[in-house]
Amino acid sequence: MNMTKRKTFGITLYILFLLVPIYWLVNMSFKTNEEILGSLSLWPSNFTFDNYMVIFTDSTWYSGYINSIIYVSMNVVITLLVALPAAYAFSRYRFVGDKHLFFWLLTNRMAPPAVFLLPFFQLYSSVGLFDTHIAVALAHCLFNVPLAVWILEGFMSGVPREIDETAYIDGYSFPRFFGRIFLPMIRSGIGVTAFFAFMFSWVELLLARTLTSVEAKPIAAIMTRTVGATGVDWGVLAAAGVLTILPGLLVIWFVRNHVAKGFALGRV
Amino acid sequence: MAEIHLKSLAHSYSAKPTGPEDYAIREMDHVWHQGGAYALLGPSGCGKSTLLNIISGLLAPSEGEVLFDNVRVNELSPKDRNIAQVFQFPVIYDSMTVFDNLAFPLRNAKVPEPKVRAKVNEVAEILELHPVLHNKAKNLTADEKQKVSMGRGLVRDDVSAILFDEPLTVIDPHLKWKLRRKLKQIHEQFNITMVYVTHDQLEASTFADKIAVMYGGQIVQFGTPRELFESPNHTFVGFFIGSPGMNLMEVSRCEGGVTFDGYKVALSDELNEHLALIPSDNLKIGIRPEFVHIWDGPTDDAFEARVKHTEDLGTYKIVTFELGGQTLKARMDEDREVPNGRAYVSFPQQWLKLYVDEFLVEEQAR
Amino acid sequence: MIIKTENNKAWWLVLPVFLLVAFSAVIPLMTVVNYSVQDIFDQNNAYFVGVEWYREVLRDPRLHDSLLRQFIYSFSVLAIEIPLGIGVALMMPTQGRMGSLCLILLAIPLLIPWNVVGTIWQIFGRADIGLFGWALNAMGIDYNYASNTADAWATVLLMDVWHWTSLVALLCYSGLRAIPEAFYQAAEIDRASKWAVFRYIQLPRLKSVLVIGILLRFMDSFMIYTEPFVLTGGGPGNSTTFLSQTLTKMAIGQFDLGPAAAFSLIYFLIVLLVSWLFFTTITYMDKAK
Repeated sequence: MNMTKRKTFGITLYILFLLVPIYWLVNMSFKTNEEILGSLSLWPSNFTFDNYMVIFTDSTWYSGYINSIIYVSMNVVITLLVALPAAYAFSRYRFVGDKHLFFWLLTNRMAPPAVFLLPFFQLYSSVGLFDTHIAVALAHCLFNVPLAVWILEGFMSGVPREIDETAYIDGYSFPRFFGRIFLPMIRSGIGVTAFFAFMFSWVELLLARTLTSVEAKPIAAIMTRTVGATGVDWGVLAAAGVLTILPGLLVIWFVRNHVAKGFALGRV
Repeated sequence: MAEIHLKSLAHSYSAKPTGPEDYAIREMDHVWHQGGAYALLGPSGCGKSTLLNIISGLLAPSEGEVLFDNVRVNELSPKDRNIAQVFQFPVIYDSMTVFDNLAFPLRNAKVPEPKVRAKVNEVAEILELHPVLHNKAKNLTADEKQKVSMGRGLVRDDVSAILFDEPLTVIDPHLKWKLRRKLKQIHEQFNITMVYVTHDQLEASTFADKIAVMYGGQIVQFGTPRELFESPNHTFVGFFIGSPGMNLMEVSRCEGGVTFDGYKVALSDELNEHLALIPSDNLKIGIRPEFVHIWDGPTDDAFEARVKHTEDLGTYKIVTFELGGQTLKARMDEDREVPNGRAYVSFPQQWLKLYVDEFLVEEQAR
Repeated sequence: MIIKTENNKAWWLVLPVFLLVAFSAVIPLMTVVNYSVQDIFDQNNAYFVGVEWYREVLRDPRLHDSLLRQFIYSFSVLAIEIPLGIGVALMMPTQGRMGSLCLILLAIPLLIPWNVVGTIWQIFGRADIGLFGWALNAMGIDYNYASNTADAWATVLLMDVWHWTSLVALLCYSGLRAIPEAFYQAAEIDRASKWAVFRYIQLPRLKSVLVIGILLRFMDSFMIYTEPFVLTGGGPGNSTTFLSQTLTKMAIGQFDLGPAAAFSLIYFLIVLLVSWLFFTTITYMDKAK
């Protein structure tokens, strides 16, 4: 039993290490700037929602959240739409160049986003997509689509081929089979893929910032404007940071039962 | 070397068991003698794996004691019990070679290397693992892997019993009998107590001298294969042992015997006397298909039954027939003609068993 | 393993992915290649210069310095996060509510936008308003990540450990869950020590998830940009300026398109090469044993 106690102690310590910096951010978001800069306190002495009110009442602030959510959702939808048929092809068929194609897709996951900064800017400007949500969504597909194909292929390979054949013998057409039988069977795979697509699109800033200026500017980029002539508005910065953590928490709560399984396939 | 005694043992997975249905193992007393080859036979979910894990120490029983040579071992962990266990799916350390796998338990016990080598070679010889001794264990076939699992138990001098948990599940049918023979041979050579868990009566009866049949968390009968066949002392044993299982009919009392669907079956005087003393109305009679007698024509004590169908199994035939609302089976030699449409059957009294509340009513005379 | 049938019509299913990724990868990459061999003054004045930019970039001490820093950083990250991640996975409760609670708590840092991660540590580490910096100074340690190189490095590394160890831990956790109970039981009967259980049962079965973990952590740490940019801005001096930041400075800050493009391609090739080296070494070691 001593072993179990040591383990509990260790994991508690690690989780504290993860949570204390976040706690500090949350703590700060409920303080006034005077208190933040005045003295160090573990709990806000003048508990205030003012910092949050600044964000919720100013459209340039909250539109940042809306923009982020729009392009992240677009990205998740596009990623799933294109990756599902492709993953099916990779898991079921051999075709000319399949291995090369798969490898080439994966190399895109290894491309440093910084490399693509300038060409992306020029490309999307020249086709008139600069500062649109779709531009960011498409750019994020660069690393999300290869990942999605990889994860989904793993899940699909776990479904026996006999299922497909039985369905065709029973007279199902391909689209009906795919939608009615196959997709429900890999539900958790789709959940896990959507989770990772969401995650990587939500946390990315470099490309999102470069491809937008006003209309589609993500919240993460708007946060930099708390640095003003009078110094940093720490309270609002902290509140904005806390608000960016919430969507992630929500998503992880929904997929909590599937994530372990997704990782288990070793496909992430 | 050890005698394993399970003393008023019971186990429940729930912390506060409220009734018998909460128990995976119901209270039992049982002794496995030193050097015996035993089988623990039962359908899946009857508690046989639980019982095995209690003996090996992977599981602590919630009630009662486990005694090895009259010493209580409840508190001892598996490694202090001198027991080896072979699991349903072969457990091998796949990053090691076969040799290192076999040497693993010895090296863990800090046995000097020359002795490790001698012992491993000896065991590999017996198990015919020599040709693959220096291969990686990962690439072995399923039966070789299972032999390696067994070998890890055999290399240890101090092992007093080996427990097998359905070890042949993943083995190809044509290799099963070979491995079973190997087990028999090892048993004779090493004089180790072996307990073999299985749900296959053929495996149990070819391996074991004595079989414990488990049902609903209890050992319902412990005996030689022959005893289990001839006088099953629980309806479950009758039904589970034998192929096909015992014919069982629900009956009620009547003058001089029992009756079902208007058919009267006479019982011996002794059984009748017994029956008069028993209040319960849960009565069954059972007879093995092998002992059902089929006559060529009507006789005094034969019932007229309707033949439903016949299965020809080569050396014998199984006849299924209907008697009242009951469907019964009988076994016939292959050279006998199966009666068409109707048959005349009788139940010889000496093979007719009476069950009250599912348990056999014993007759002293026989 | 599924037996695949030969069918070139499957290309129709892959086509959308192919077009999409080609659009966002091939065209930009061609642009980069194009820039890397030309000297561009404005839209109408561009001269072909061959490998001149590559030669210049390869001699550039800025590249050498940040490349060295990058390797030290990535290897430190791997050296800390991989063992720590395995350790955390081993300590996690195996089932029940506590298990899923741990899973969720561990995943939180992974879901925070990278610049917010930078912000959190920027605040947390400051001596005036941050708990961490304040506590260190209160203990008499003269800590300031904005002016002291060692402190800056320690903070950036600590931030990365905080941010990414969970990924390794979650991968290992699911790898551990995939080990059948019988293996632990057999080991117990074979009298294996805790260390032997780890060395001969758990570690071999974690190998495939660890390969993925190592590759992902290498690639992502090698491309790191946002977090140190927010935390230290690359300073003090250039001490925490990694490759991506050097590149963005060159391309956007100074608008040196040619050298920046050449730099980009070299950078990309290094990531590919090192990833490939990791992968083949690990799979080769596996076969050799």
